[in-house]
Amino acid sequence: MEQFCIQCDHVTLSYENQAVVSDLSFTVEEGDYLCIIGENGTGKSTLMKGLLGLKKPSSGSIVLGEGILRSQIGYVPQQTPVQRDFPASVWEVVLSGTQNSRGWRPGYGKREKELAGEKLELLGISELRSKSFRDLSGGQRQRVLLARSLCAAKKLILLDEPTAGLDPLVTEEFYHLLLDLNRSQHITVVMVSHAIQEALGHADHILYLSQDSYFYGTPLEYAASRAGQRFLKRCKGKGGRP
Amino acid sequence: MIEYVTRMFSYPFMVRALAVGLLVSLCAALLGVSLVLKRYSMIGDGLSHVGFGAVAVASALHLAPLAVAVPVVVAAAFLLLLLGESGRLKGDAATAVFSTGALAVGVMVMSVSTGMNADVNNYLFGSILAASRQDVAVSVVLSVLVLILYVFFYEKLFAVTFDETFAKATGMKTGVYNALLAVLTAVVVVLGMRMMGALLISSLIVFPALTAMRLFRSYRSVILGAVAFSLLGFLAGIGISFGWGAPAGASIVVVDMALFGICSFAAWLRRR
Repeated sequence: MEQFCIQCDHVTLSYENQAVVSDLSFTVEEGDYLCIIGENGTGKSTLMKGLLGLKKPSSGSIVLGEGILRSQIGYVPQQTPVQRDFPASVWEVVLSGTQNSRGWRPGYGKREKELAGEKLELLGISELRSKSFRDLSGGQRQRVLLARSLCAAKKLILLDEPTAGLDPLVTEEFYHLLLDLNRSQHITVVMVSHAIQEALGHADHILYLSQDSYFYGTPLEYAASRAGQRFLKRCKGKGGRP
Repeated sequence: MIEYVTRMFSYPFMVRALAVGLLVSLCAALLGVSLVLKRYSMIGDGLSHVGFGAVAVASALHLAPLAVAVPVVVAAAFLLLLLGESGRLKGDAATAVFSTGALAVGVMVMSVSTGMNADVNNYLFGSILAASRQDVAVSVVLSVLVLILYVFFYEKLFAVTFDETFAKATGMKTGVYNALLAVLTAVVVVLGMRMMGALLISSLIVFPALTAMRLFRSYRSVILGAVAFSLLGFLAGIGISFGWGAPAGASIVVVDMALFGICSFAAWLRRR
């Protein structure tokens, strides 16, 4: 049997006694590529905070698989305006992803530098190394943040709408890159996504959240389900986005 | 020119002012980069007003000003941080409440005890005569400590400044580093306050960082640039202050402003 990476068991997440996500159960297997989709305000980002351990569930449990430490989960955030004009080189940003293995020691060692160089190579952005983060295009920035998350992660990366604000071509490329990493490096991918078509086209599993229920299954099962058909029809009218 | 500098150094109070000023400028520039990038620029201003209140109370009670002001301002920095996190009083509102409140208490205490005299003026606008021999010793020790802590935690502070959520998610104790930043800032504000003046000290934190960000594009070069601009601004400012008898704080800020203007213009030229 495949080992699990994350197991959510009857999880409820709430803000000031208002449940945002309620009674959610699903399991992410090792090597899975899961996309979390749904309309605004259905708790996707809250669930992401729960998975990252930044928010405790008010009931139920979120368990990580054997051998996965909290600090070894990679995370690719939505870009904030602060970051867009942050004066830092690509190298400085990617290297900061290795911080979790340094503990209290200052500086970076040979091992961290090699790791960061390796990840730059893997994502094909070695030539951006000494460029400034704020001079990059949106797609390049996301690759850099992905490289940083890979420095922190051993097996699992979580992404929160990483392609928000990118054009469709770059979005497609980014999903493809993730699929590549997922297959060749055996990295489990869990992503909150706005790009429905790309999500259905690349993911192994879909978690769809709506106001009062949820659906978990493969993209095919999802597209055949009633909830899926209703949601997809609504998205089509708006250019593939909810 | 050389004669002018020699004459400047022949006064012991100038040597003391330079020693303290250079160290404080250095620390302020380092912390300033993080504070500006985290959108905490006004925290220095808020803390300096709290410092003014503390110094006023200390002088009314005939206590050593630094011994009172350092712990009080550090405590205020912690409180501001906690209020910002709990979210009941939003960051900028909390800073405004603190700074005006402490300023008012300071002015009240001063006018009742010693009257509104030249001291008040010195505290508000700074004086190069302010540093006593004892102050210098305390200032040097504390700023060297700030420097050591900053260098030791350089990478962590970068991570927390660039992306706090990522840092937290990958297991860093971001609260500890935010607190460290607040405490170091509080110490630097108090040390620099008497020379720069309570109303002007935050410019020492903000200007060098902003100026360096016009020109440099990596974090390390911005840090080093900020330090260079800060030291340059301080030296030129204190020279002007000595020559024209102008308050040190205001002279330094005027030089900092000029440097900022020149670098903004250079950045604009380069973009064209």
